[in-house]
Amino acid sequence: MIEGDPISRVLYIDLTRRRSWVEEQPELFKERLGGTGAAIELLHKECPPSVNPLGPENPIIFAVGQLNGVFPIASKMVAMFKSPLTGNLGESHGGGRSAVALRMAGYGALVIKGRSETPIYLSVHMDEVSFKDASVLWGMGSSATGRVIREREPKPGIRTIMRIGQAGERMVSYACVVTETYRHFGRLGLGAVFGSKKLKALVISGRRSFKFKDPRQYRVLYDEVFNALVTSPLMKKYHELGTSMNILPLNEMRALPTQNLAKSDFECADGISGETFAERYLGRRVACAHCPVSCIHIAAFRIPYETEPYFYKTKMISYDYELIYSLGAMLGVGTCEGILKLIEEVETLGLDAMSTGVSLAWATEMQQRGLITERETAGLKLQWGDYGVYLNAVKNIVGQPTEFYTALARGVDYASSKYGGEEFALAFGGNEMPGYHTGPAAYVGYLVGARHSHLDGAGYSVDEKFAKAGKHPTPEGVAEALIAEEKWRQILSSLVVCYFGRGVYTPEIVARAYNLLGYQLSCEDLVKIGAEILRSKYNFKCREGFDFGKLRIPTRIFKSPTPLGPVTEEFIRESIKHFKTILESAPEG
Amino acid sequence: MLILKANRLVVVDYDLCVGCQCCMFACTRRFAEAGLSRSTIHIKSAGGFERGFVVTVCKACSEPPCMKVCPTDALVFRKPGGVTLIPSKCIMCKNCVDACTVGAVFWDEEVNKPAICVYCGYCVGYCAYGVIKLQPVGEGEDRR
Repeated sequence: MIEGDPISRVLYIDLTRRRSWVEEQPELFKERLGGTGAAIELLHKECPPSVNPLGPENPIIFAVGQLNGVFPIASKMVAMFKSPLTGNLGESHGGGRSAVALRMAGYGALVIKGRSETPIYLSVHMDEVSFKDASVLWGMGSSATGRVIREREPKPGIRTIMRIGQAGERMVSYACVVTETYRHFGRLGLGAVFGSKKLKALVISGRRSFKFKDPRQYRVLYDEVFNALVTSPLMKKYHELGTSMNILPLNEMRALPTQNLAKSDFECADGISGETFAERYLGRRVACAHCPVSCIHIAAFRIPYETEPYFYKTKMISYDYELIYSLGAMLGVGTCEGILKLIEEVETLGLDAMSTGVSLAWATEMQQRGLITERETAGLKLQWGDYGVYLNAVKNIVGQPTEFYTALARGVDYASSKYGGEEFALAFGGNEMPGYHTGPAAYVGYLVGARHSHLDGAGYSVDEKFAKAGKHPTPEGVAEALIAEEKWRQILSSLVVCYFGRGVYTPEIVARAYNLLGYQLSCEDLVKIGAEILRSKYNFKCREGFDFGKLRIPTRIFKSPTPLGPVTEEFIRESIKHFKTILESAPEG
Repeated sequence: MLILKANRLVVVDYDLCVGCQCCMFACTRRFAEAGLSRSTIHIKSAGGFERGFVVTVCKACSEPPCMKVCPTDALVFRKPGGVTLIPSKCIMCKNCVDACTVGAVFWDEEVNKPAICVYCGYCVGYCAYGVIKLQPVGEGEDRR
């Protein structure tokens, strides 16, 4: 570690006793790098076995890595907690200014423990930690909360404002934490854990720096990475149309889950494509701190007032592929207008957009099959494409006017265990599915991944590679590819770089960066550490009840063929077994 | 004293700014450091990311307010515009920070002294969107 680098400082905050302290933990950051690696060890230490995820004993761990604030596109912060959605490991990555703010405030990690009696927000401005009353903010949407805190707190430009909406306050299991309005700690319910602690928001700022021993080499490597990010064709799609460019290709290859995956292509795909959004609505592009890519696409959406002529409200709404998939295709909503309205509602309430869309898609099919009635849906007739009805249904997930919505607020896995329809309840490992019906690797990844996300092992990418090569994957081949990718992803998420930059941050570049930071780590060392971190994550998951042998697979995924042909349960179960075997043969973590 | 070219940093177009802050990190890196403490360019949202960004740079004034309020003459006029800091004379009163009309005198928390732009233009090379450029003092004005 370079002298003066504050990475090994861990800030502890106890909400119950309203006190904070700092502990130096250099070994943690040396052995586990930071980010995911450091967070999982802190979670093992701070989270007692079998705690209620919404109880005061469940800690929130935030961690950054050695590259945050030092190299470009190292712009993510990792959150770890016990997930109220899955009951095991909750891991979520967020961007905005969160990572840079924590690193520049002079910390490698932040551990929030306990529970406040009354609504509170925390502000951390370098060494100054304050507990501030948030009674008035309780009940406010995420945008209004951000606006109030923006005016009240100092250090604009170098601060992050993380907050929850009403979904978090009401502890919806897939409530998210919104940061800088357009980025999220989206998946697995961090917002609900904030809500359970009566923690409405968290502000962090800082303006530190530290000197390099070899500044020339630092600048050389920095420029190499920066230029690659700006000029590399690998980054082009993120620069221009953004992730929403995936709509048309996925639709064409029949891999776009539509209407609760009754179909894998959508007749309205052209109307909701990245191209259509850009042409008709793209109003601004923005970036996370210390990332030149600017992948965040914001629509300028003009809504006329019905009763006042020549009056409009112009909303700026962030869109991405996963939101268009989940609140668009999955619900049969085939217009940009409908999707933008739904995104805005989901954003204000502070819900995970993907879980919300998948939950409502399941509920729609339940109602259409007569398994639930308008009594359960509080009078709503859910219908594909009817975004007006879905807007009310989204509000009901948070307001919970019926027992059905209360169940739906715990995720589709739970709701289907109570009301039936498990065969088309599209949750994997307890988490609602992402938008890739690309083949078996995607589904194995969702099922076994530490976060049950398409970003665990990048199964969709494994499928696409097999499809392009015209090859049929084997269960063993899928497991091996997923685990190899996943080991390396533990390094990227420990640094913490955005996965969009994974093509630039090769093992060789990462090893060079570490050497400049004062650590002698070879590419082999890094892969070994990645395997250890992965193992440690599964130790936590299994400790909290995750079981490779008991994963529920919704049979709906076997109905629509993927670009690699039909997926079979036998293939997936076999691949999961191999994944487990390979994982258990990895070196001890 | 180091003689610097009489350039200044200007903002070409605020609307092109994506808020990545790579310029801010470049500014501190020029001094062989990683971080933000020495940065003399600042990017903040114009009241939320949805409204775009405010780019704050030293205007290289011909009559710098920061210099006028310095009780120890630690800020010296740099012809034909802007100032140079003599750190040994600074008594850390922060009068200069308060006096700068556009908020372009920053505070280096690490050394507890003002951070003053030296008009080197290093940051310009890290703006992928052409928001800022270096130009001679007096050549064109920022009218935005």
